[in-house]
Amino acid sequence: MEQRHNYYITEKPLDPSPLIQQVIRPEAGAVNTFIGTVRELTEGKRTVALTYEAYKPMAEKKLEQIVREIETENKDSRVAIAHRIGKLDISDIAVVIAVSSPHRDASYRGSRYAIERIKEIVPIWKKEHWEDGSEWIGDQLEQTAYSVDGPEEGRT
Amino acid sequence: MITIYFFAGMKEAAGTPQMAWEIEDTTVKDIRKKVKETYPQLHQAESAMVAVNEEFAGEGDIVQTGDTVAFIPPVSGG
Repeated sequence: MEQRHNYYITEKPLDPSPLIQQVIRPEAGAVNTFIGTVRELTEGKRTVALTYEAYKPMAEKKLEQIVREIETENKDSRVAIAHRIGKLDISDIAVVIAVSSPHRDASYRGSRYAIERIKEIVPIWKKEHWEDGSEWIGDQLEQTAYSVDGPEEGRT
Repeated sequence: MITIYFFAGMKEAAGTPQMAWEIEDTTVKDIRKKVKETYPQLHQAESAMVAVNEEFAGEGDIVQTGDTVAFIPPVSGG
């Protein structure tokens, strides 16, 4: 079962509660939860739905890597990440990140790091559906083209 | 045989999620060439990242029969 892991890709609707429960523990004094939802308006254009596609085995490996990077940087942090794929409607939850730590600062930082890193190295793609068409979206970080040798790895 | 996967816009442009290449060993660079020959419309084959066995790979990396290759166009999760 995918839910046994603290990182997974799923086609089912996401519920933040189990992810929060996975990182709560007596040592923690803070749990930061990031919930990414489907936005209706992007630069004035109305989205009617999104489709997410993943290269699932690699995406789960990369989520695991992000968890490991955060838990290596902050040894007392615990991280759980889930990303939904398939067709999502407006306000559906696309991603949940839960980070616990003894004090709040590390949990905020870990959460921020995780979402930025997802947008760099996790093979998940979003297709926007509008009233008048649809398009696969790439490069949300608005960087220049990727190096053909891949993104920078192991950054913390 | 090497299995090559396409995703998102590349999958739509190729009209297929995967192709097979009957070869014993090659490189990432030559896989790009092969894909471009097979699907000339796949312009992203030049610039997309390539993963071999689910890890990002460099141009000179060796790819052998049984390996799984995936083209990873710019990601947009989150």
